[in-house]
Parts: sequence; structure tokens; C-alpha cells
Amino acid sequence: MSADLKALRGSAAIAGVATFGCGEAPGFTDMELLARSAHAAVTDAGLKMSDIDGLCTASGGATMWAMPVAEYLGIRPRYIDSTMIGGSSFIAHLLPAMQALRSGQCKAVLVCYGSAQRTASFGRKEVVASRKFLDPQPYETPYEPMLPPSAYALAASRHMHEFGTTRRQLAEVAVAARAWAGLNPEAFMRDPLSIDDVLNARMISDPLSVRDCCLVTDGGGAYVLVSAERAKDLPRKPVYVLGNATAVWHRQISSMHDLTVTSATESGREAFAMAGLSAKDMDMAQLYDAFTINTLLFLEDLGFCKKGEAGAFVENGAIGPGGRLAVNTNGGGLSCVHPGMYGIFALIEAVRQLRGDAGERQLKNPNTAVAHGNGGTLSSQSTAVLGTADTL
Amino acid sequence: MTETSTPTGAQAHHQSVLDQGRFLIQHCPDCQKHVYFPRELCPHCGAAPLNWVAPTGHGTVYAVTTVRRKAEAGGDFNVCLVDLDEGVRLMSRVDNLAPQAVRIGQRVKARVQVNEGRGLVVFDAEKGDAA
Repeated sequence: MSADLKALRGSAAIAGVATFGCGEAPGFTDMELLARSAHAAVTDAGLKMSDIDGLCTASGGATMWAMPVAEYLGIRPRYIDSTMIGGSSFIAHLLPAMQALRSGQCKAVLVCYGSAQRTASFGRKEVVASRKFLDPQPYETPYEPMLPPSAYALAASRHMHEFGTTRRQLAEVAVAARAWAGLNPEAFMRDPLSIDDVLNARMISDPLSVRDCCLVTDGGGAYVLVSAERAKDLPRKPVYVLGNATAVWHRQISSMHDLTVTSATESGREAFAMAGLSAKDMDMAQLYDAFTINTLLFLEDLGFCKKGEAGAFVENGAIGPGGRLAVNTNGGGLSCVHPGMYGIFALIEAVRQLRGDAGERQLKNPNTAVAHGNGGTLSSQSTAVLGTADTL
Repeated sequence: MTETSTPTGAQAHHQSVLDQGRFLIQHCPDCQKHVYFPRELCPHCGAAPLNWVAPTGHGTVYAVTTVRRKAEAGGDFNVCLVDLDEGVRLMSRVDNLAPQAVRIGQRVKARVQVNEGRGLVVFDAEKGDAA
């Protein structure tokens, strides 16, 4: 950890957050969902759109997405980051944005996303089909894996083989997420869910059933990042970025060296080192749960338990409401929202909890959070450690 | 064009050899490691070009899933990751077993299946290996 990186700890704060259209938003385009979220986040920060001079955004479809976003919002950013590494992108945008704020390149960075993948006519099915041409994986596609679920299913099969992890333990993750979702009016699926419901659900790609898989929803999310000094003068309680790091080791699941160890081991280690904190110091974990196996892998790789022990860690409702560790308190990608990429929503939920804005699901006076993003087929990982003023 | 180089990119060369019914992987003359999927330089040490070699074809199932598909669309099928004895991994399927019978740790042997002129590497469980 370089001294320069450590000096960035707490130098920037999230001053505003917003979501819009989570669940089903028929009649809205990706851009409209993004714009409504962006406007609401900027307003939440006590700023005007004309104050925004930094822009971070990414899209699952458009490769030049930052340009139509700047055009649509009517902004002329001095700092642009449109790095697209899948669902972790909007957490990975943090550290470069902190450096841009620190250098004085810009003063207020808007990070924003929107996707109408559930209700759009060009939805997930069409995106998957077009990716075969635009983003070919010629050594996997001929075997017709159902991606992304089959890639995560392969990882789950290996975790079960090596550590004796069971489908029942995977189901615990989905059940806990649903229990949290029941406390969140924004969550898309809120009906009670039992372990047997998950085990008996339609199988998608063994050992994962449809209830082990994330939702397909619409939704937009945005946040505003400013310097810590400026955040003090803005209306909302600042949430400071204490650490952030990103790691990418592969693209295709067949290129992943060990299917039970993700590059979250590296992004987590670096982010916690920058923050000067570790997993045991965290009051909550918002983990990118595209599939139930994700939560187990990230609990292990971020250091909440030892490798191979996450199955036992989550048993008996341990990560649900009232459990030993609050995980995915909004209901996660499994039960709250998952519009193609979930990462920004994990971060927004952490901010809401740290500000005390989480309503019925609010944790008791939390000061620290880890928000972890994942992209591709366990391919990209980005970890953010966030804290209230008490952690500075 | 030197003799160590193929007249096309590695992907096209690999496929054209497969289409002739042969399965080749790459080997790095510098670090002596095998490489798969095919590429233009060694991902271990950065050397180029890589040589083409025939693997023994023997391997072990590393991870496994059954992709569920409606019966009218052809039914469930296996997708797995196989570690070749040469130390490389590839996605494939085990063809001579029911999808649910494929097990991690099972010994398998590669075979090139050519369909309408296009070659594809698939595996068969080795005889007597019940994993």
C-alpha cells in the first residue's frame, strides 16, 4: 500500500444517493431511468446538475455510453470514467474519481446507471444473443453454457466438492436476502421464502435453482462524490470512502485458476489496507449476490470467515435480520433489484444504512460498511470500505 | 512467414485443425508450460511464438453443471470444466454419460467431434472410472 493511496483515505465522501424505477418501470428507457436517478442523487446532495463536472457511467449495451449520458444530462464533465468491467464498475469508479477530486481536476462526480432490462423489448435475452457477436467467447459458446448462471453453477459445484458446502447452505443466502427484502418497500420480491422453497424451485443450471439466481428487473441508481471538505457544507450526513480497490484476473470462467478463490481476495485486501480496517471491523456487508454462491465466496474472500467455511457461517439465519452479520440489508440482487448490473445498488444501500435512512431495516448506529461489486463470471471484483465521520 | 509461425491467427489455426479432426494445444518454448485457450503469446512468461502440440487427451473433470433445457428443445445437458494432464483447463462436456452422472474427479478422454465440417472437443468418461 503506497503512502499516496493511504493519504486518499477519507478524502472523498458520498454526498447524495438515489434510486429510481427499481423492479418494473414499463415505458422507461435505460437513459430515462439513469436520468431520474441522477437528478434525484444530485438534488439529495444539495447540488444542481450544473455543479456536476465529473461523470462515471457504464452500460451493458452501449460501448460509448458516457457520450450520450453527458449529452442527455447537458453536462460538460472535466473528468470522465466509463470503465466497463461488468457489475463491479460503479464501485471501481470510486478510486479514480477520488484521485480526480484530490488533484482538483473536478469538484463533483456523478456516478450513474440505468437499465430497463426487464421490460425493454431489447431485453436480457437479446443482449445475451448479441454479445455472442460483439464480445465472443469462442472456447465456451459451442458448449452452450447458460451464461452467466452456468459459470456460477460450476463454481458452486467446485465449492461443494472441496468443502462439503450444501444446497441447503446456498439456500440460506436466498432466504436471508428475502427476509431483509420483506423490510424494504423498494424490494421487488417480498413474499416469505423458505429453504424448501429454494431447494424445490425449478433448476436452472445445477446446483442452482431459479431462487439461487438474481432477479431480472428494471432500475436506475446514482451517487455523487465530492471532497470530504466540501461534503461538510452539504445537507446530507457524509459517508466517507475509506478504501477502494479493484482486481481482474480473467474473463471466461474456464480461465479462472481456482473456482473457489476470487480476486476479491486481492481487492478486499487492498481496500481494507487503505482503510486501515478489516472484515471484523465492519458493521455490515453489502455483497454483490448475483447468485447465492457469490455471497459465500465473498464472505470468505473478504475475510469474514475462512475459506470453505461460509456455508456453516450463514446457517440458521446468521446473515438475515437479527443475525450475527447484516448482509445485503436491502434484499440484494436476489430479492431487491438487479437490472443487469447490481454494484451501484450495493453501495447505495451501504450509504443509506450509514446515514440512518434505511427505515424498518435500519441497523443500530452503524459506522462502517463494506460494499463489494462483482462483474462478468466472477471476473472482476471491486471492494469499497465506507464509514461515517466517527471513522475518520 | 517463418516456420514457427502459422499463416493465420491462433484461433483460426486451432479451429482449422479441429475441423480436420485433430486437437492441438500450445506449448511455450521458453517457460515450458502448456497453454489453452490458443493465443499469440504465452500468458505465463510473455514469450512468442508458441508451438502447437498434441495433448495425450487424458484429463479430469474439475467442475460440473447440468444445464436445464426443455425436453422438446433437446433436454438437459452437461457442461463441465476439464483439466488436461498437461495442466490446462477447458470448457467442454462429457458425452457418454447422462448429464447428472458426470462427477468432479472423473477421468475423461478427449475426442474431436466433427459436425457439418466443424470440429469440437468433447470428452468421454474413461472405462472403469466411476469417480
